[in-house]
Amino acid sequence: MIGVQAMDNTITKTEKSKRTSGVRSSMRRRETLSGYIFIGPMLIGLLVITIIPTVLTFILSFADWSFIAGIDKIKFTGIKNFTRLFNDDVFLISLKNNIYLLLVVPIQLIISLVLAVIIDKLVYLKSFFKIIFFLPYISSIVAVAICFQLLFQPSYGPINQFLRAIGVNNPPTWLADIHYALPSVMVIMVWVGIGFCLIVYMAALQAIPKDLYESADIDGAGTWTRFAKITFPMVSPTTFFLLVTGFISSFKAFDIIKVLTEGRPAYSTSVVTYYLYTTAFENLKTGYASSMALILFGFVLLITLFQMYGQKKWVNY
Amino acid sequence: MDKRKTVSRTIATILMLAAGVAFVLPFIWMISASFKPEIDVFKYPIEWIPKHWNVYENYREVWVGEHPFAIYYWNTIKVSVITTIISVAVSSMAAYGFSHVDFKGRNAMFLLVLMTFMVPSYSIIVPQFMIFRWLQLFDSHLGLILIGSFSALGTFMLRQFFLGIHKDYLEAAKLDGAGHARIFMQITIPLVKPALATYAILRFIWTWNDYANPLIFLRSDRLSTIQLGIQKFASESGAYYSLIMAGTVSAILPLIVIFIIGQKQVIEGIAMGGVKG
Repeated sequence: MIGVQAMDNTITKTEKSKRTSGVRSSMRRRETLSGYIFIGPMLIGLLVITIIPTVLTFILSFADWSFIAGIDKIKFTGIKNFTRLFNDDVFLISLKNNIYLLLVVPIQLIISLVLAVIIDKLVYLKSFFKIIFFLPYISSIVAVAICFQLLFQPSYGPINQFLRAIGVNNPPTWLADIHYALPSVMVIMVWVGIGFCLIVYMAALQAIPKDLYESADIDGAGTWTRFAKITFPMVSPTTFFLLVTGFISSFKAFDIIKVLTEGRPAYSTSVVTYYLYTTAFENLKTGYASSMALILFGFVLLITLFQMYGQKKWVNY
Repeated sequence: MDKRKTVSRTIATILMLAAGVAFVLPFIWMISASFKPEIDVFKYPIEWIPKHWNVYENYREVWVGEHPFAIYYWNTIKVSVITTIISVAVSSMAAYGFSHVDFKGRNAMFLLVLMTFMVPSYSIIVPQFMIFRWLQLFDSHLGLILIGSFSALGTFMLRQFFLGIHKDYLEAAKLDGAGHARIFMQITIPLVKPALATYAILRFIWTWNDYANPLIFLRSDRLSTIQLGIQKFASESGAYYSLIMAGTVSAILPLIVIFIIGQKQVIEGIAMGGVKG
């Protein structure tokens, strides 16, 4: 196969070398020009919207500045922003909450893998179930958050009315309670994210060769053995992928916090993105917010590098 | 044996149905509350099917009342449709360039695009805001559209499909004297249509549901999109929960309809790369 390709290459090469070099270089130039015309719009867009802002974030994170003050008021203070950050209780709490939120991902994965196996193998109405479990993911997080605000309402919300009706005397006040607020947010996040993981898992399950199960049947393997010995290892690259993308997107959680709790009570649900937002757009501390942004970037980059490293190991099991 | 299988399958299906209903209970509550007069919203035991109906009044108030959803809807449709069109056009052009045009610096450029993919959007939101203010794109739909139109994700997704087109097709066209513009429009685009549809639906859904960008890049109420509008509505209209629920139902419904129509594309798109907005 490789030999054939190499032969092909030599043929085209000799063919090309027959042409005069002038024609060839003008053709190459035209090819390069068309290349840049095709990628040009995307490149310019990314330059203005992503690349320049990334560089600016990096620069501004070393400055003490507010964007309303004008560019001449900018004052570079070295790493002072960062030392301040690690003595800033609100930032540290927010970071800690982000770490707790990582817990959402494995819970999501366990539930959605179990659901995927059940829907794939054991029930009728497969595509109906896919739609049902996907609904929260497709719905806007704003609408979902507003709805849960009412469901969790401490005194007359349906959840607590139900709990009182079945004999729980002092049900927690959920989003208003410093200990229950973050877990409540996590429950909602799990609920929202299950559909996404489920769809990806179902695709992975369909890719498992059927004869693996058939030979397991011949060996008399039970449901659990089949799951533990075939299904689970076969979907492990998917699990790894979902784990990593889940971690990254949990670091980016913002909408749900902004709409549901605004970090309250007492910063118990604040996350880095939310604190960044209030610092930049409410307190107008551009430099300080940028240093937070850089740390956020660092965490996401770390997870991405971990993924690149891990992928090599996991894909071959 | 087969009969036993059918029975166990039926039982499993019924159990799953129960789980499924429990799973979407928040939605059922939301819809039911949006149909009720205000005093019935928090009645216990919950009236899943309202005893008193107030559908017309609730939805009329939401759509043409003080925070007119009709305007938010129009804004959202406008922004989502234009963003989707630009994004599909720009991404498919770049995807073609990165897969079928052999130009100098292609790998370096591709690496650059790849790297932008790793930057979390919240890390750059402050400079973006500054640049957009400076370009006078702040508080305009054009700015919001531009923010959503350039993502490396579309380029990667579509590039996979462009790479799947056999070179022979294109070589034959080249021998007939077709340039890249013609090959792109007349040969490759028809071949990757299903992928374009998938990406378009996903981009539309993401733009429709976007909350952070409208929050930061828009200020005027008359420019608000649904997500922004409904949040303002919820925080300003205080205790009119039936109306708020009518608002959330209105915000979600079009997407559920689109999802059910374009189900195949959405699910394939998600499953394919496991993409996430």
